[in-house]
Amino acid sequence: MNFNFKKLLPQTLTILVVILVFGFFTYNAQVNMENRGIAFGYGFLSQESSFDVQFSLIEFDGSHSYFRAYLVGLLNTILVSVIGIVLATIIGVVVGIARLSKNYLIERTAAVYVEFFRNIPLLLQIFFWYFAALRALPLPQKAEPMLGVFFLTIKGFFVPSFVWNNLDVFIYSIIAAIISIIFVRIYAKKKQETEGKQTPVLYISIGLLLILPLLSFVLGGSSFSIEIPVLKQMSQTSFTYEGGIGLPPELIALALALSLYTATFIAECVRAGVQGVGKGQKEAAASIGLTPNQVLKLVVMPQALRIIIPPTTNQYLNLTKNSSLAAAIAYPDLVLVFAGTALMQTGRAIEIVSITMLTYLSLSITISIFMNWYNKKIAIKEK
Amino acid sequence: MFKLIKQLTSLVAMIAVLFTFTTGTMAAGKSKTLKNTTKKGFVRCGVSQGLPGFSNADAAGNWTGVDVDVCRAVAAAVLGDASKVKFTPLSAKERFTALTSNEIDILSRNTTWTLSRDADIGLTFVGVNFYDGQGFMVRKNSGYSSVNDFKDGISACTNLGTTTELNMRDFFNSKGIKYEPVTFEKADEVVAAYDAGRCDTYTTDKSGLAAQRIKLSNPDDHIVLPETISKEPLGPVVRQGDSVWEDIVRWSLNVMIEAEEYGVNSGNADSMKSSDNPAVKRLVGAEGELGAALGLDNDWSLRIIKQVGNYGESYKRNIADTGILPDRGPNELWTKGGILYVPPAR
Repeated sequence: MNFNFKKLLPQTLTILVVILVFGFFTYNAQVNMENRGIAFGYGFLSQESSFDVQFSLIEFDGSHSYFRAYLVGLLNTILVSVIGIVLATIIGVVVGIARLSKNYLIERTAAVYVEFFRNIPLLLQIFFWYFAALRALPLPQKAEPMLGVFFLTIKGFFVPSFVWNNLDVFIYSIIAAIISIIFVRIYAKKKQETEGKQTPVLYISIGLLLILPLLSFVLGGSSFSIEIPVLKQMSQTSFTYEGGIGLPPELIALALALSLYTATFIAECVRAGVQGVGKGQKEAAASIGLTPNQVLKLVVMPQALRIIIPPTTNQYLNLTKNSSLAAAIAYPDLVLVFAGTALMQTGRAIEIVSITMLTYLSLSITISIFMNWYNKKIAIKEK
Repeated sequence: MFKLIKQLTSLVAMIAVLFTFTTGTMAAGKSKTLKNTTKKGFVRCGVSQGLPGFSNADAAGNWTGVDVDVCRAVAAAVLGDASKVKFTPLSAKERFTALTSNEIDILSRNTTWTLSRDADIGLTFVGVNFYDGQGFMVRKNSGYSSVNDFKDGISACTNLGTTTELNMRDFFNSKGIKYEPVTFEKADEVVAAYDAGRCDTYTTDKSGLAAQRIKLSNPDDHIVLPETISKEPLGPVVRQGDSVWEDIVRWSLNVMIEAEEYGVNSGNADSMKSSDNPAVKRLVGAEGELGAALGLDNDWSLRIIKQVGNYGESYKRNIADTGILPDRGPNELWTKGGILYVPPAR
């Protein structure tokens, strides 16, 4: 009894102090806001936003609510983060492996890239890519088409869009293909374990992914046409493109800057991971007759990943948070749309900043949870 | 000789400050802001991060502009010295928070007076020191000569945190034009992007357009279209709840405008003490007890006019002579065809 009390007292006191400090600040904020006549509340979220956003994944204009503006910003933040994470991972892995190359030129090039990009502040890099792109890219009327249908201009990257008939049938066919592939894999694993025979899973998967969507066109009535961007003149010297999809230069510059910057850190994680696997492991694997590819796939990578994943998770989190620098170059992310325009128009600083902070926190925690799950999955399973 | 003058002026300033302390105690007791300001010895003033003509710092860190002059006027009135101002550059996003959280005492940062700002977020607007309106800048060779030439697909650059985005939407919506808003956090990036050709037009307050045009690589290749799409009365703001301070700032501004109306300027202010016009005499503190009503001494307005000048001098020095907006337009006195009209100082 006495022992328990001793153990509980400091913890209870700590919790009490935390609650008191938090309560004091909340009370203080409340009193001060009341004194200054500032109303507090989240009711403004349902009000009409009365501003437009340059680029959004869901339909949005000023007649929609502030809450929808929040969603627009959030989705744009997620979009640039996902693009950034995918690109950074690809570049990072390639550069990380290049760092280990025995070819002097490749190894040095990779090293110079890493040292150069990770030692310059990200905001400067974002400005560089954005304004360099704006200086280098042609005006819409002077753009040379790439493959006849892509137009890279100062006003954006204009690409053809697909106009679909019976899109749902096509999507179902892809889902069906993915489910069948999972079944094939389970079957192949069982066969490997019971009979020791290998199944060409890769070829079957590719076949399924081709045949099922093809069937949706032939039997399901799916079809699409392609809409190509067309140059449109607005005045003597003002031009733009109509039709197709226009990706704003802000998105391209931001995704490029974020992924090139983060890739340097991921490259170092990858290098550390591969170097962290003992030489003896590779030799042992080779001695039992595994091919070099199998050595990499079955012995080196599973062990390297354990070292690579935790620090790479940090880089993914950094990239997501760094995407908030978007406001500097007019990419309408959460900070620019919600903590920027919406905050300015409503003046609800505390409410909006708290929502924005919570949102970034949730995004980061979601990434962490996913990466921790993946880390656990590949971790050594003690038997 | 010079040294003597210097000593004398500092003596006068000191006496003035002491005088402020003694006569000002009544009202100062009621105003926390006034008390804090006299105690600190400087006025805390929030300004822009650099808008030529309104609030702009030179290489040596000296602030000039019509918004800056409002703060200088208050410093002259309250502390006896127009140079006793501490300027805090603020972004559009930070400005109201800085004021309500007590980091500055006057926000004089080309801020539009609107109902929702005045009523909602703990602010009080004290007057208008510049009548502005939102306009559009385009390239001369684009062939746009009026906003009626705008067509679907036009891209418009602007900066965050003003009523600009709302006005822009209202305007394009009423014309039924589909447009691409490109919103930057800061004005410098807007200028760079517009200059590079990212946008067909640059929209913000016309005063801002005029000031930013100078920063473009070839200012003469650009014109501001004649139409004005919104009312933007810009003025100084104070915290809600300190009515004495509010009055001091309001009347410091009003005195500058009224001084111009009565022809009192920094050069002739002293000699105006013997004017025949009682309104003029009140303005230079030779008659009446106007200072006491504000908790200040009776020379407060004289110091404003002598040290900062009247509104016309301030406008000429900061906006006209710098080539930003030589034509005063609506910012001319009501007696000369403008709309500057302030309540009388009596």
